[in-house]
Amino acid sequence: MSAVTLKELSKTYLGQDHPALDRFSLELPAGEITALLGPSGCGKTTLLKLVAGLLRPSGGDVLFDGESVLDVPPERRDAVLVFQDHLLFPYMDVADNVGFGLRMRGMSAKQLASEVDEALEMVKLPGFGPRQPAELSGGQRQRVALARSLVVKPKILLLDEPLSNLDAHLRLEMRDLIVSLQRQTRVTCAVVTHDQQEAVEMAKRIALMMDGRLLQAGAAADFYQRPASAAVARFFGAHNIYPCTVEQGRVKCCLGEFEGVPQADGVGTGKAQVVVRSEHVGIDGSASLRARIEAVDYLGTACRVRAVLPDGGKLLAMLPPERANELKAGEETGIALDPARLWVVPF
Amino acid sequence: MAAVLPAPQRGLPWFQRLCLGLLLLWLLLPLVPPLVWSFAKGWYYPQLLPESWSLDAWRYVLAPHSQVLASFASSLLCSGTVAFLAALIGVPAGRALGMCSFRGRGWFEMLVIAPTIVPGLAVALGLHIIFIRLGLANSLAGVIIVHLIPTLPYMILVMAGVFANYDPRYEEQARSLGANSWEVWRHVILPAVYPGIIVGALFAFIVSWSQYVMTLLIGGGKVVSVPLLLFNFASAGRNDIAGAICMLYIIPGALIVLASARHLKGAGVMSNLSNP
Repeated sequence: MSAVTLKELSKTYLGQDHPALDRFSLELPAGEITALLGPSGCGKTTLLKLVAGLLRPSGGDVLFDGESVLDVPPERRDAVLVFQDHLLFPYMDVADNVGFGLRMRGMSAKQLASEVDEALEMVKLPGFGPRQPAELSGGQRQRVALARSLVVKPKILLLDEPLSNLDAHLRLEMRDLIVSLQRQTRVTCAVVTHDQQEAVEMAKRIALMMDGRLLQAGAAADFYQRPASAAVARFFGAHNIYPCTVEQGRVKCCLGEFEGVPQADGVGTGKAQVVVRSEHVGIDGSASLRARIEAVDYLGTACRVRAVLPDGGKLLAMLPPERANELKAGEETGIALDPARLWVVPF
Repeated sequence: MAAVLPAPQRGLPWFQRLCLGLLLLWLLLPLVPPLVWSFAKGWYYPQLLPESWSLDAWRYVLAPHSQVLASFASSLLCSGTVAFLAALIGVPAGRALGMCSFRGRGWFEMLVIAPTIVPGLAVALGLHIIFIRLGLANSLAGVIIVHLIPTLPYMILVMAGVFANYDPRYEEQARSLGANSWEVWRHVILPAVYPGIIVGALFAFIVSWSQYVMTLLIGGGKVVSVPLLLFNFASAGRNDIAGAICMLYIIPGALIVLASARHLKGAGVMSNLSNP
């Protein structure tokens, strides 16, 4: 395991004006999983390739344990990248695929065989060595790819969308396998994903990126409770975001005036936006803020209510499922909000 | 439902069989007279068959003093080297053409195909002067170099097709797992493209094997390849010996067609590389 530091890392592809990665700085703590989260095309894969050494940055630096690795070729970086489509060599059987990295390191065939068997056992595919990649299912191929990268005992494991090609039930299995293997090996791990749920479930630390830039890095809860911007809040499923004004600690918006609303750094007096997570919206007939219910959807584990405010603004509320019985579309009702659970972000 | 479908036809319909038969006849019939000639002793119009048979021509061709076998060896050496060099140049060139988009790519493609459009004689005449200055004229090395002109387009175009269906991320994966550039070639690129290399090299061999004008001009008669020898005997009226050489001459081509029929199919393996 090895701590990875990205310093002002930039990458502009040849013939393109827009940088794929723009002055990106981030710490990947040693021995932990960090999720690199963002919509597709935001530069996540570029970032992994820069760490693996498969691309040269246009600017900035990549450091492993405080030392720059820019001049270290990919084969000597000990940072193994696992691609999204597993990329098993089709003309090698499973054992040869898994043993590839060890063979490149000059390990003898005998020693190699036992290491390969061990790695296949780790990913719960014992005895799969003589099979051909074409005979395996998607999930099995992904696990072979994982074994192939872990067998060389890398300092850094880079996983590019490891779950996105799998069916829903395999996804959970694979996720748990990755997390448990990371715990066993204590390898520093970066997982790229576009799914915020996946990021939260796999990693303690998340870095959210968009358009080649880092929007926010931190613990999972920060992204829900203390998003740095409206874009972050929206990516993490906040639906209710309204323009507001902040004056002497008072927040004024279409939902009313509130005191004691916590706010993100850098929000001073003036125009801002207020974020209300739908699970923090209460529906209470006696509340003073009035709204008309537009739709009530029973979702099994929750009840989703869509309401319209007097000024035409929309509001989404997630309530306990049993509330679906009492609430009716078309009725007028009251909206109850706890100022402590609102959050103000810059405009 | 099933009754609506037309019954599948067994074998080829008669018209296609006829066409196939004619095609085979058209390919094989011209080979019959040289075959008969090689065993004939005097065969003149209007005789349907030679008046007497003999193995003289074959004895002469296979005898060491006739130089026929020696010229076979030099032809094999020449065409084999040409095929090898064409592969050496054609694989990286085809890779660039098939995988990279770069400025002037269209011109590069035109240049690659140009030798198949421009008559070889014109090129060879021009090159002859240059080769004399370079001291390459009248030598096997010169002939090999000049044979690369008509063979390279085939090699490069075959490899460009192979590399167009090739996923370069396998190379990145290999490097990330610890393979250096040479090991990437050895363990990733070559296994993935070797059917294409074989097909391209076989084509290059055949094209070089049947060169006449270029060998004559650049070799200056010092490099006697099989077609040159064949032409000598044919123009000297020794149809029996020419016939025997003819039979030997077609062997490599026939073998190559048989061998590559398998690999021609294999060239499609590349497309399975990505997302197998």
